[in-house]
Amino acid sequence: MEAKEINPNIDRNEKVISIRGLKKAFDDFEVLKGVDLDLYKGENLVVLGRSGTGKSVLIKIISGLLYGDEGSVNVLGQDVGELKPRDLDALRLKIGFSFQNSALYDSMTVRENLAFPLVRHAKNMGEQEREDLILYVLEAVGLSQAINQMPSELSGGQRKRIGIARTLILKPDIMLYDEPTAGLDPITCIEINNLINEVQRRFNTSSIIITHDLTCARAVGDRVVMLLDGQFQREGTFEEVFDSNDERVQSFYNYNFID
Amino acid sequence: MDLDKNKPGTAPARRRYVTTRRLDRIFVELAKVYRFNARFFREVWFPPYEFKEIIKQCYEIGVRSLPLISLTGFIIGIVFTNQSRPSLADFGATSLLPALISVAIIRAIGPLVTALIAAGRVGSAIGAELGSMRVTEQIDAMEVSATNPFKFLVVSRVLASTLMIPALTMFTTLVSLLGGYLNVHQNELTSLSVFFYQVFDAITFLDIVASSVKSVIFGFTIGMVGCYKGYNSSKGTEGVGKAANSSVVTAMFLIFIEELLIMQVINAIRAF
Ligand SMILES: Nc1ncnc2c1ncn2[C@@H]1O[C@H](COP(=O)(O)OP(=O)(O)OP(=O)(O)O)[C@@H](O)[C@H]1O
Ligand SMILES: [Mg+2]
Repeated sequence: MEAKEINPNIDRNEKVISIRGLKKAFDDFEVLKGVDLDLYKGENLVVLGRSGTGKSVLIKIISGLLYGDEGSVNVLGQDVGELKPRDLDALRLKIGFSFQNSALYDSMTVRENLAFPLVRHAKNMGEQEREDLILYVLEAVGLSQAINQMPSELSGGQRKRIGIARTLILKPDIMLYDEPTAGLDPITCIEINNLINEVQRRFNTSSIIITHDLTCARAVGDRVVMLLDGQFQREGTFEEVFDSNDERVQSFYNYNFID
Repeated sequence: MDLDKNKPGTAPARRRYVTTRRLDRIFVELAKVYRFNARFFREVWFPPYEFKEIIKQCYEIGVRSLPLISLTGFIIGIVFTNQSRPSLADFGATSLLPALISVAIIRAIGPLVTALIAAGRVGSAIGAELGSMRVTEQIDAMEVSATNPFKFLVVSRVLASTLMIPALTMFTTLVSLLGGYLNVHQNELTSLSVFFYQVFDAITFLDIVASSVKSVIFGFTIGMVGCYKGYNSSKGTEGVGKAANSSVVTAMFLIFIEELLIMQVINAIRAF
């Protein structure tokens, strides 16, 4: 798998997410121990880390599903921890969150899943316009034919793509992908990687991609950070991150990657 | 192996610790229940109203439960009538059967049986559905798409169940009485009009109001318990089963307690 060409449209002067000294513990168990992170406009940032290191917790804090214990989380110029519910909702509309297990609404068809955010947040949108938009994002994820199916009738990879389509439909400025390729076969992985890059190009989004799949990291990341022991210890391009004698970094590489 | 166990004084200390922990947990749970209820009463008044979801839930809860509940009501009507006959026959008072059936079914059996069956059918369904939505992060997904999941899921279900259980109760009561009538008609050859004249003669307006109020409270309880258990379900597939199971058990338990309390209140009013 070829490494990605770094997106020329990244604006290093504009931070869409800026996190400083973020700490989070569950009871006595410290998950995040002082995380600093910047996401620049138009950038795909890959967060690597072993299972249970708190990657999902990190993006849940970014989207206000969980709250940090200490530190500041600034998203699009607003401090997430301080927002009133109404302002938090307004901010959330600009963030697309693709869940680790897709989190499609089981009781609704694909069409209803995609219409769900639209019905509530684009109220003056006409019936036809909504249908067109649904078809447009379905086409973008390459699943136009699934529109009338129930989530239970889809494969894992298809569910993932519908999940991504559902978050794309409100044209977010920021995309958060939680393990977009976990549990998928290599070919579907490549499709998803291409989709992530396509989304970056087409919608000019900035994204955080969480993964422990290094193929994916290399294919989609403009920049890679590695979460070790509750902090980001390595940062840079894919090659830079793994150019290290740190045993934890090396074992991550060797275990994951044979090329 | 825990060696400390044999030290003098250790066991009682530990036991005391466990009791306070358990007490803590009960109070924390009560506070959570209170907050959940308070949130419902805060959010039910304000838009956005999820009418479509409310109607869908009314259909799920009301129409889908109808066959089971009416069948049960019908059979209970027949059986209850049949089993009561011998005791009245001892006094030669079988002509009082319609009055007896009426009082028993309208005051107690109708609302209670409907609520218990609905607790089993509706409560477990709500608990399992919301539980699995919690476990698979569908509730989180709603939240990050800036939709209030509490309003969409909880408020709609609690409202639907509060509306539909009284309707079901009315229906069950009627079907039960019909079952009773069939049995009376067969044995005592009472006509339909005479039967229902006696039925309505035996009860008062207070009885009907009391039963309605009771079934509204039962409906609210079933919806609320199911939603609370499901919405706060723990992670993992095990959590879903637990949520469904404890929805039923808790709802039934509360229904019995409420039945007892309401009975006391009604009796006090009646005596007044
Ligand atoms: N709501 C919660 N309550 C208690 N502990 C939690 C909660 N959410 C996460 N944790 C704990 O935080 C740690 C990090 O969890 P997280 O889901 O972020 O891991 P992850 O890095 O995403 O791992 P994976 O790659 O397996 O998804 C885990 O040990 C988990 O037990
Ligand atoms: Mg995770």
